[in-house]
Amino acid sequence: MTQPRNPVEPFLRMDRMPHIWCPGCGIGVVVNCFARAMLESKTDIDSVQVVSGIGCTGRIAGYLRMDSYHTTHGRAIPFATGLKTARPDMKVVVFSGDGDLVAIGGNHLIHAARRNVDIKVICVNNFTYGMTGGQVAPTAPIESVATTSPFGVFEQPFNLAFLADSAGAVYVARWTTYHVRQLAKAMREVLQKPGFCFVEVIAPCPTIYQRRNRLGDALDAMRFYKQQSKLSEGADTRTLDIPMQGPIPVGRFVNRDRPTLLENMNTVLGKRLGAKFTPYPTGVTR
Amino acid sequence: MKADPKGVLTGTHFLDGDHACCEGALAAGCRVAFGYPITPSTEVVERIASRLPEVGGVFLQMEDEIASSIAIQGAVWGGARSMTVSSGPGISLMMEHVGLAAMTETPCVFVNVQRGGPSTGLPTLPGQADMMQARWGSHGDYEIIAIAPNSPQECFDLAIHAFNLAERFRVPVMFMMDESVGHMTEKVVIPPPDAIEIEPRRFTQEPPEKYLPFAAGPDLVPPMAPIGKGYRFHVTGLTHDERGYPVMSAEAQEKLVHRLVDKIRTRADEIERSQEFMTEDAEVLLVAYGITSRVVQRTLQLARQKGIKAGLFRPVVVWPFPGKRLRELARKAKAVVVVELNYGQMVLEVERAVCGAAPVRLVPHGGGALHDPEQVLKVVEEVAR
Repeated sequence: MTQPRNPVEPFLRMDRMPHIWCPGCGIGVVVNCFARAMLESKTDIDSVQVVSGIGCTGRIAGYLRMDSYHTTHGRAIPFATGLKTARPDMKVVVFSGDGDLVAIGGNHLIHAARRNVDIKVICVNNFTYGMTGGQVAPTAPIESVATTSPFGVFEQPFNLAFLADSAGAVYVARWTTYHVRQLAKAMREVLQKPGFCFVEVIAPCPTIYQRRNRLGDALDAMRFYKQQSKLSEGADTRTLDIPMQGPIPVGRFVNRDRPTLLENMNTVLGKRLGAKFTPYPTGVTR
Repeated sequence: MKADPKGVLTGTHFLDGDHACCEGALAAGCRVAFGYPITPSTEVVERIASRLPEVGGVFLQMEDEIASSIAIQGAVWGGARSMTVSSGPGISLMMEHVGLAAMTETPCVFVNVQRGGPSTGLPTLPGQADMMQARWGSHGDYEIIAIAPNSPQECFDLAIHAFNLAERFRVPVMFMMDESVGHMTEKVVIPPPDAIEIEPRRFTQEPPEKYLPFAAGPDLVPPMAPIGKGYRFHVTGLTHDERGYPVMSAEAQEKLVHRLVDKIRTRADEIERSQEFMTEDAEVLLVAYGITSRVVQRTLQLARQKGIKAGLFRPVVVWPFPGKRLRELARKAKAVVVVELNYGQMVLEVERAVCGAAPVRLVPHGGGALHDPEQVLKVVEEVAR
């Protein structure tokens, strides 16, 4: 009798296991949800390209058995923009952390959203720089402790959903790693949706963030997510701050349609250049 | 492989170096480009922004040079030929991604229309002070190729060469123009497409299950794989093994970085390119590249009129440096005079190559203007005595 295999295994580089993530880390859950979304939506594995930046979440690209790119710190989005521009027929998914995407890479995030580049950004938000040992992140709640904010964070953190929404993302959702069904569904939805999609995943970091802030272990995080998550579908994104140990608003907040960057390019250039211009492939069927 | 006729503006033109460089890139098959405005390179991106839509390509002005320098790499992995263009401060911002391209062996072209520096320096005036940055600007050990054109015609011809070398060696190629070459307008002859040789990208012949993305044959350059075809390769800026998987060890580092360096060093003869003028009997050997190699043509003339046997050695491909040939010439010379628009960059490489065979004298210039050929002549006269 053959050993039963986990259905997500074909999506993983099993020859690279065990992975580097700590016990209780939420990133593996995100990978699992993505693989399930791929399975459930019957998406061709070779039609998806995975791009990551640097940090714990940046390692996702290395564990997915797909064409995958582990780029530089903060720059996964412009790499993905280049890749998508050269190959509009491919679905391009960016996985990275809050520090990577929003601190060092923040400028790229807002510009890609503004342009409506047809890429899907999955942002794992664990409120800290895990890989380097727990420094303050642009998402770290006020009064949380970090090695570089030893007496408590005193900066206002970003509300990522509001940021992505106001920059122009066509799909904005937030779930926690407790919400595996909803998260996999959100991933299915963004794989089908043209345009710049942003999914924030609140994820536990027991080794670094929770330990320093005395927030218990991975199980405590799950319990907390279960008790404190507040379903806020369609909520005004300005109201979605995440206070220290306060309620976490979750749900799909934005789902709208805008022409993608390449669609817009074709419209404008077609108008101005007329017969001289052959429309560029966009990868979008509407 | 011959050039795609779509991108080739065959004919005789009157173009500045920036525009000629753009046409060279298009002839070389560049169809996706990213850039950010910065003087004196802006005309390259302006022209490519207007030309690419006509030839089925895309230009995007990114939010900064950092984005441009990695967007090209995404495009290259997607199968395109791509370049970005900048100057001084913008090139400094791109340096991390020169290292990424070297580490991940991503064939791409960085055009640097050099201006006076450091920092914001002299945006509208020439300099040649990024020559060492081109070679060493990103952290870690790696090799690149750098080319220094000295005319609009060469901006066209050598831009094609830059793309070809990038493909053959899977390295970033630094195209080292300068403000004067970029903004001078001259005749540029663009040949018919079937007279333009294009280096095709080398793709693996192995099926996915046998393909090792970073395993190289005797030429030390691994073949690439097309995306979306089941190869499911991994590319990382981390030290990696032949599978492309990160490996944090001295052994993996030695194996990978040694090859990255050796693929250029051991094949430098194939890459090096230089030009010589009146070197057969040269007792004073001038060394200059880019715009300065044209300025000293006048010095050469004046020196010969005065009976001084002067000659000029001009590195065309500046990195790897054509040191072997220079050494041969230096052995027959009384002195070597290096003329460059900086306070001493390539002169260090010249000294290394000449290795004491002749005294080496630098004629520096801080940039912002070109050398006065007569001032250079004074140095030539001095060393000829």
